Amino acid sequence: MTNVLICIKRVPEISGEILLSDDQYSIDARHVGYTLSAHDECAIELGVGLAKDTGGHARVLSIGAAGAAEQLRYAVAVGADSATLIEADPEAFGPADVAAAIASEVRQAQMSFELILVGNDAADTGDFQVGVRLAYQLDRPVLTGINTAEIRDATVLARGAGPQGVDVFEIPLPALIAVQEGGVEPRYPSIRGRMKAKRLKIEQKAAPLEPAGSGRVRLTLPEPKPSTVHMLGEGPDAAPALVDVLARSGVLNR
Amino acid sequence: MSTVPAHARVVVIGAGIVGNSIVYHLARLGWRDIVQIDKGPLPNPGGSTGHASNFIFPVDHSREITDLTLDSVRQYKELGVFTESGGFEVARTDERMQELTRRLSSARAWGIESELVSPETVAERVPYLDPEIIRGAFWTPGAGVVDSQRAGTLMREKAAELGALQVFPTVEVTGMDVESDHIRRVHTDAGDIETDTVVVACGVWSPKLAAMAGATIPLSPTVHQMISVGPVPQFADTSGEISFPIVRDMDTGCYERQHGGDMEVGSYAHRPILHDAEQIPSIAQAKLSPTEMPFTEEDFDPQLEQALELMPDVLGNTDVEIRYAINGLLSMTPDGSPLLGESPQVDGLWSAAAVWVKEGPGVGRMMAEWMTTGTPEYDTHGSNIARFYPCQRTRTNVDARSAEGFNKTYGIVHPGEQWLSNRNVRLSPMHRAEEELEAEFFEAVGWERPQWYESNAPLLAEYGDAVMRRDAEWDSRWWSPIINAEHLAMRERAGIVDLSAFAIFDVVGPGALDTVQRVAVAQMDVGEGKVVYTPVLDAVGGFRSDLTVMRLGEDQFRVVTSGGSGNIDRKWFSDRRVDPATTQIIDRTSEMTTIGLWGPRARDILGRVTDADIGPDGFKFATCRSIEIGPLNVLASRISYVGELGWELYVPMEQGARLWSLLVEAGRPDGLVPVGNGVYGTTGRMEKGYRSFGAELDAERTVVEASMTRPRVKTADFIGRDAYLRQRAEPPETILCSLQVDDHRSSTGTDRYMLGGEHICGPDGEPLVDGRGRHPYVTSAGSAPSLGVHLLMAYLPPEQARVGTRLAVDYMGDLFPITVAATDSTPLFDPENTRIRS
Repeated sequence: MTNVLICIKRVPEISGEILLSDDQYSIDARHVGYTLSAHDECAIELGVGLAKDTGGHARVLSIGAAGAAEQLRYAVAVGADSATLIEADPEAFGPADVAAAIASEVRQAQMSFELILVGNDAADTGDFQVGVRLAYQLDRPVLTGINTAEIRDATVLARGAGPQGVDVFEIPLPALIAVQEGGVEPRYPSIRGRMKAKRLKIEQKAAPLEPAGSGRVRLTLPEPKPSTVHMLGEGPDAAPALVDVLARSGVLNR
Repeated sequence: MSTVPAHARVVVIGAGIVGNSIVYHLARLGWRDIVQIDKGPLPNPGGSTGHASNFIFPVDHSREITDLTLDSVRQYKELGVFTESGGFEVARTDERMQELTRRLSSARAWGIESELVSPETVAERVPYLDPEIIRGAFWTPGAGVVDSQRAGTLMREKAAELGALQVFPTVEVTGMDVESDHIRRVHTDAGDIETDTVVVACGVWSPKLAAMAGATIPLSPTVHQMISVGPVPQFADTSGEISFPIVRDMDTGCYERQHGGDMEVGSYAHRPILHDAEQIPSIAQAKLSPTEMPFTEEDFDPQLEQALELMPDVLGNTDVEIRYAINGLLSMTPDGSPLLGESPQVDGLWSAAAVWVKEGPGVGRMMAEWMTTGTPEYDTHGSNIARFYPCQRTRTNVDARSAEGFNKTYGIVHPGEQWLSNRNVRLSPMHRAEEELEAEFFEAVGWERPQWYESNAPLLAEYGDAVMRRDAEWDSRWWSPIINAEHLAMRERAGIVDLSAFAIFDVVGPGALDTVQRVAVAQMDVGEGKVVYTPVLDAVGGFRSDLTVMRLGEDQFRVVTSGGSGNIDRKWFSDRRVDPATTQIIDRTSEMTTIGLWGPRARDILGRVTDADIGPDGFKFATCRSIEIGPLNVLASRISYVGELGWELYVPMEQGARLWSLLVEAGRPDGLVPVGNGVYGTTGRMEKGYRSFGAELDAERTVVEASMTRPRVKTADFIGRDAYLRQRAEPPETILCSLQVDDHRSSTGTDRYMLGGEHICGPDGEPLVDGRGRHPYVTSAGSAPSLGVHLLMAYLPPEQARVGTRLAVDYMGDLFPITVAATDSTPLFDPENTRIRS
């Protein structure tokens, strides 16, 4: 039985043009709303599966504003068993603060979590830090950039895309893994899942520490990329050029 | 980005279903040099058409909306983008079952095949629906889904093939120039276009575009939540977009419709979520499209539970996932109807907004006809953007009513139902006195108008059974027997009526006579001090209004018309001024108030407060003049819409309260009663066979059909004269009749009273068809307390239009026997008009 703690972050949807808040300290999400990073969605899918396969418990945890309950409920709707929200101002908490807060929660939690999953990095701030810092604080082995994992008794066998091919690791539990998208296909919630999520009582806690902050001064937006539309041609004459493009991008095998 | 042309005959802004339909129909009607622009790319520029659920249920209680929908279905079929699936509107409650019987009556009136079916029948066709949850359903075999985007593309292509259209996607309008109240130029980020006609067909962005020209398009972008779930195993073996009937779960405000392997679930039950047209994200800023806003789950959760209850096998399957969920934006308006026609604020600026996919192509045709000939086939009064007064166009009113209207989308809306938000905007000077009389206020274009007075309750005992009480809750909702008691007291003694909701405007100047002669059917070249009631027709002889005109001077005519159509009428006169340079239209609506005093004792009462000669010879019927009433100068006009001796009394607004109190005081010895609009608008006029614009009269009706012909036609030319002469020479295809209900007893033993809109058929339910292919329906219904009957008005086929013909009216699932009582405008009460002329 492996209990899994999956740490997720509420982030602004960033698939469209990004607007910054007036103070340039955060992203203005009013038109796009909030979501989960793709890595976090994969962490949920992976963690829920591992817990289920081993008869364990999958809990999701988030540190953030009250609105993060929306993302926690989403995770429950796709299979997580329980949810904890540590209420905190996400702008005030830097990666070290987040890692410390999660570590504190793990230490005092009634349930022991043999495996902790985090997303490889957050879609909005891209710090790449929480996983490693959290592992250090909890004195656990850590893997990053992992696509899939399976439990083998007291170890976890994990795979990730490396520069030369697929890297395969086996590390002892308890462990921490930072999940990268690409290995598992996150599911959408079913209506029954959504009902379950709606009824679930989220455990709410105050942050266990005063944050030191991220040290971030402000966000800046890169210059908008110039349009890279290439006209391949018009009508049937364009077909060969289109086939070339699809073949180059790996969509088609020739 | 391409550069737009420097000139265009017309610029159509928007390439959703509405803009696309308009350019096609304009091209078909001969327009060339049409420029269509959209901020977004084609074929889906990102507006509401792009995320519409695209299904069509044809039946609506409104005749005009149903006609537009049927017209649209015909067009979608011609374009090959309509898939007939059939549709169920299911009922979970008894109240809804009753509403569905009412819907069936409407369906029969509009000639649409439909029937009420059992839960088992629904489950046979929709095997994944739990029949235990519902009481029954309304089945419309002709319901279906369309590909509105494909339709739009085809229509643009057809217009382009005619050499009529140039389309510019990804071009944004940045401004519009208005000179002398007329649109002159459209600025875009791809150049400027000189034009004198602009159509705003921009859906939820329409207010923003109109504001560039200084005009208002009163709508609120409102969220309609929708999710799509799949893959649904039950749909795995079906081919095409839809094989199972669409289900509207009316009582929960939801719909469920197959879309390929998925099921779409949409809702009109969640809290109203309104946006601001200026705040809608740009295409680049949006996650999906600008009108597919982030889904707010908590708003949808209750609907999910209800949908799950109805379709547990599909929606309860944990392999069926929520793959798409949006807060889709659509357009809500202050009264729920579309916003069509030329802006009353800027000439040449046309609105084509707040239109559903189901009406899009029909609206396109209607707009094109309107812009081309001015006489579209379908009546426009309910959708004409000019219907709103300035106070109805305020953001507060638009948002309040849009929010209130949103949950009525699948609601059971009583014909008399009142808006509850943003009330007390236009108050008559008598308002305080009316409150003291415990008036029950109904709203008319912002005015608070007494419908009846609770202080008249003691009259109920006085008149006993003659007040024709109604036992059924629905029939008596928004109604009181006090109305009938007031009616009887007015007929017996006298009544005083607050008529402040009248719209009043003067036509003045050297061209005034020519202008009113041109607009009015009746002879306007009458002596000063004459009051003339007249129809107003369009070029093809359809009613545009009916109103009264007082000749106050050589060059001054005062037009008095109903509040409901007053703003449209004022624009109608203004647009048709002869010699506009010297003819002015001066709005007096907010300057004058009007009090009606009618009844056999009216002369005695008025005589107590005036020294003027108001005797039968001193103040003749159909004349007007200024008289002194106490300290007030009053314009008195001796006419009546209730068929009694009496006057309409016009005074400056600030003197209205004094006039009211003077009359009330003077009327005390004669038992004068305050009388509400329940009498003025229904019982009084129906006993007299008086027609009402919007009910009996609209642009699809003629003077001949309405039995309002006079022996002679004036020689002076007027709009619609040729058509009117033609109509007079031919036998009518349909005739407006008054009918009385012979037996009110329903199958459940309760007496029922029709409220209007019901289907009329032969005694055993046989359908009747008039010369225009239409089925009769009740245009107005109301008590006739002085006759002791319940009266209906309806256009009947000529064969049935004979006094004594026995027919039936289809109400709440029962047929009630009715008899034709009048086949022309001869009043059933006081047919010789001795009262009004006494």
